[in-house]
Amino acid sequence: MNVTTVFINALAVVCLVFALIKDPAKTKQALKMAVISFFRIFPTVLAIIIIIGLLSGFVPESQISKIVGENAGFKGVLTVAFLGAILHIPSLISFPLAASLLEKGASITSVAVFITTLTMIGMVTLPLEIRILGKKLALLRNGLSFIIAIIIGLIMGAIL
Amino acid sequence: MKKMMSKEKQKKGLVKDMLFLGITLVIAVVLLLMFPEKREPVISSSKGFFVEMILILPAVIILMGLFAVFVPNDVIVKYLGRSSGIKGIFLAILMGAFPTGPLYVAFPIAAALLKKGARISNIIASLSAWACIKIPQELVELQFLGLKFMITRLLLTVVFVIIMGIAIEQIILWSEKTNKHEQTS
Repeated sequence: MNVTTVFINALAVVCLVFALIKDPAKTKQALKMAVISFFRIFPTVLAIIIIIGLLSGFVPESQISKIVGENAGFKGVLTVAFLGAILHIPSLISFPLAASLLEKGASITSVAVFITTLTMIGMVTLPLEIRILGKKLALLRNGLSFIIAIIIGLIMGAIL
Repeated sequence: MKKMMSKEKQKKGLVKDMLFLGITLVIAVVLLLMFPEKREPVISSSKGFFVEMILILPAVIILMGLFAVFVPNDVIVKYLGRSSGIKGIFLAILMGAFPTGPLYVAFPIAAALLKKGARISNIIASLSAWACIKIPQELVELQFLGLKFMITRLLLTVVFVIIMGIAIEQIILWSEKTNKHEQTS
């Protein structure tokens, strides 16, 4: 157990205690929601974790760094940006995936770009976004998000 | 009616996720049977990440549930896009950062606010924050990628989300001005 783990769990306990004091009924509702979403997210967590294992066992580090590493250049960055935009992984699980890629030789830039496009751009939800917010706004938001994800990644790669 | 529909959708999503897990599992088993020497590294790596995840996942999900129940959507709606200027944008980002469900929940809220006359820049900023800045999620990022990575990405995201909001607002205003007569709704 590291400091972050302890911190997150302590924070959850403190919030839970405060919530219980303030409104037990609402807290019960929140816990019910939590249990449901835990079971909802768990299959995906397991699947991604198996994929991470396979990735580290079967894909050699040189391969990963060739595709998404420092020397992959802008093409590598674009590749991960597209992957992040298309894939529909819950962002909670994108972090361990990103960490394992980083460990295996991916660059900070590509990992940051991947997380950012993954969360900000939703190809799956784009039709819905267009219907509700209009074509112009939805396409502008997703398109510009793609560009700023790359900018954020490049800056992070430069300063970290 | 709406609730039933969402329940059905959830069920369909769960089936899809289980299918995804099943396929992954089958591929993993086949690969590991074919290459027994890879068993050790694959299993130990998966186990490491699994333990790390399972130690924080319940806490993160409890935090999200508490936020969702105690900071209901109408509170968010009340503050989103209410004030203007840079303060409005920061407020919009902060409000978006409360975990209140998936992004598609935010679209109707954003549309309603736009109709009410909220600034486009605020709405874009809060939508983006809703998408990618969630307080419990930042904690998971902290766990796996470290403080420096998390803080840097968070700060850069806030800055660029603001820039993007203002840029989109300008583009929309500009394009509305140029073809005013074509406008319908």
